[in-house]
Amino acid sequence: MFKYLLAKNEDIPHGASAVYWGFSAIVWFVIGTGLGSFNAAKLAFPDFVTGYEFLAFGHMRQVHVHAVIFGWISMAFGMAMMYITPALGNTRLWSEKLGLWNAFLWNIGLSLGLVVLWAGMTSGREYSDFPWFIDLYIITFMVVPLGVNVWMTIINRRTQGIYTTNWFFGAATFMLAIVFTVGNLPEFFHLTGLTEAYLTWWFAHNVLGLWITPVAAAIAYYTIPKVTGNPLYSHRIGHLHFWSVVVFYSTPAAHHLMSAPLPEWLKSFASVEGVLILVPAIAFVSNILLTMQGKWNMFVENIEVRFTVTGCLMAIPLNMQGGFQQTRAINWYIHGTGWIVAHAHLALLGFSTFLEAAAVYLGLQSMMRRKLYSLTLANIHFWLLLIGFTTYWVSMTIAGLIQGAGKIYEVPYIDVVIAEHPYMIARWIGGTLVFVGNCFWLYNMWMTARAGTEVPQGRMPHELAYER
Amino acid sequence: MNFREYKVGARFFALALGGSMTITLLLPSFDISSVSATEVALDKQLWAGHESGFSLDDPLLLGWHRPEKVILKTDPKTGQPIEATTAYVYDKGTPFPGGVLHPGNLGKVSERLSINEGHINEANKDQGAVFLVRSNDQKQYYIEDATVTRGWNPEQVLKAAGDSNTYYASAGKSIFVREGCWWCHTLLPEQTQDWQVFGAPPMLGDFNGESPTAFGSDRKAPDLLHVGSRNASKEWLMLHFFNPRLVQPHSIMPRFDYLWGKVDANGKPIDYDKWRKEYSEYTEGKRIYPPEVPMYASNSDARHLIDFILNLK
Repeated sequence: MFKYLLAKNEDIPHGASAVYWGFSAIVWFVIGTGLGSFNAAKLAFPDFVTGYEFLAFGHMRQVHVHAVIFGWISMAFGMAMMYITPALGNTRLWSEKLGLWNAFLWNIGLSLGLVVLWAGMTSGREYSDFPWFIDLYIITFMVVPLGVNVWMTIINRRTQGIYTTNWFFGAATFMLAIVFTVGNLPEFFHLTGLTEAYLTWWFAHNVLGLWITPVAAAIAYYTIPKVTGNPLYSHRIGHLHFWSVVVFYSTPAAHHLMSAPLPEWLKSFASVEGVLILVPAIAFVSNILLTMQGKWNMFVENIEVRFTVTGCLMAIPLNMQGGFQQTRAINWYIHGTGWIVAHAHLALLGFSTFLEAAAVYLGLQSMMRRKLYSLTLANIHFWLLLIGFTTYWVSMTIAGLIQGAGKIYEVPYIDVVIAEHPYMIARWIGGTLVFVGNCFWLYNMWMTARAGTEVPQGRMPHELAYER
Repeated sequence: MNFREYKVGARFFALALGGSMTITLLLPSFDISSVSATEVALDKQLWAGHESGFSLDDPLLLGWHRPEKVILKTDPKTGQPIEATTAYVYDKGTPFPGGVLHPGNLGKVSERLSINEGHINEANKDQGAVFLVRSNDQKQYYIEDATVTRGWNPEQVLKAAGDSNTYYASAGKSIFVREGCWWCHTLLPEQTQDWQVFGAPPMLGDFNGESPTAFGSDRKAPDLLHVGSRNASKEWLMLHFFNPRLVQPHSIMPRFDYLWGKVDANGKPIDYDKWRKEYSEYTEGKRIYPPEVPMYASNSDARHLIDFILNLK
């Protein structure tokens, strides 16, 4: 890949940048889940690896979070944008060279940012932990170039309309630039107090709501019709999804601080808007599941469809939790407990990861024109991810309910810690299964690049039979 | 792109996103910026200092350029005994907190009093300053620059207070941020049941001038906003930071023994390997007592962090 960084744009083969983004994403996924598993081990067994400042939980937790959000999830998004946007515009990527440099600078910047965080140089703000000089780098060299490439590809498309997926890609890259800049204002201008606290959660909410969730959904709008051959069930429902994301998902930031002393009107407003997140959620899930009509056999037989539909199905509990757990009636019980940790992993490791994994499987095969090396390894990956994640989610949800009960019955906190211990071990086992699954995946994709059967021109990878 | 639908769509998009940001950012900013700083906020920003996260004054979060909080029992100029007074000492070059730099942060009343009575706009970073929290007879709180009003300079005040009455709470807060204590210990008793165990939830104006607020979101351990009122034992905290299992066998907190640094209070090197080996023998039942925890040096990270915890009243 590096040899193309200095090549002329015309000499770079179609799809080179998508492949670079895709493999980077998988490597970050292995790193991120490895760190997650290590952190979980420390919560289950506090004397596991001790005495080193840089292997302390407090130095590593944010590295895990940012490795998966900016490394795995966002780079998988970049990968999807690099091959889906031109495919849907019946054109080529505006600039493969920009795409390659973007991925290269993304890896450099993220590595630098994670080292800085690891060393303890942090803004002290959850999800916007990166200090301001890293933030400036992220905006300039990571977010804006990605947006430029996507927008220019859409503008130079050779179709009349724009397909649903590309509305989301265009809007989300634009909104990410705004959300990232505005959300980090407290660091640039040293805003303090409640303003700082509120903007921290305004950013954390919107980076999920206007970047991760819509782009993951947009990927499913491509994968399912493309692989099953069914047209999207309804473009009208797609419209409803898009507009309700912009209107409803961008407003409930304050529901993350329901128990903090923010203005009461703001909390009530955020809570109502938070329930309305069910509108885009239901639109999306129903649209995808109805697109599957007549092709449900592929849910069993096809690895990309299986990943995507599993992710969509996980969006149902995700949004049922998300819509209601932030209301005052429920939030007081589960706020700040493991329930929220479980919910966050349902969003990122359940719903979104499964959709992105499908896009990376499909994209790498299509762009390298190689059939997946081994279906068995892909199946192992799927099941390790699903079982590992489910173990994690169930155990952390139970742990959260225990903590909630501990709050109302005023038990000494240490009794809560003792009661949670088995679930901490279960969470570590679940996380480790995910990590092991991803190691299989990296091997499988590496072997696909090296030894996968070549896909003939004009064929789709999933039309070929597996050899292993 | 020459397609009428997209022009209409782009305008609706701008309307939707702009409307959303108006409601969620602009409107709350009127409410939040009109909040006056409480006594708690004045105290907190004065001991916490300008910034506890990353800043160019302290890029590695090691506690550089930080104020100290002292309890004075004698007048630093005359040496006469006075009623115990809390002072916040900003040595030369230490950046001032938000409320001193931008008195508008304090709210109208406090801003007026801090400037007219407290003379905070005369504070000079190059010379350093000593601040006090004062109130008038109507219980309106404001900041006073004692360097201007009383002629106290930072060195005199630190000397008059002595090491045992000096709290390195600001340096301690940056360690709290750097070591990620707030990933498990929240600083926000919730407005629901929490006040029974963890104390009163904070009020609207309790944070003015503080950055970062480090509320935390994922509570795996007790809330610490009022921990100094529940447990003010330096000995307990010392054992607890060195190895939490010494005082609470079921704790899952990491050991923070590395905050002791290389030497103890007497300048003797600390042999961590020996300590850990003896502690393992203790947990395996080969020793009756755990090994002694070394006393931390007065300028160690451990001292700073304990001073921070003691200040969380």
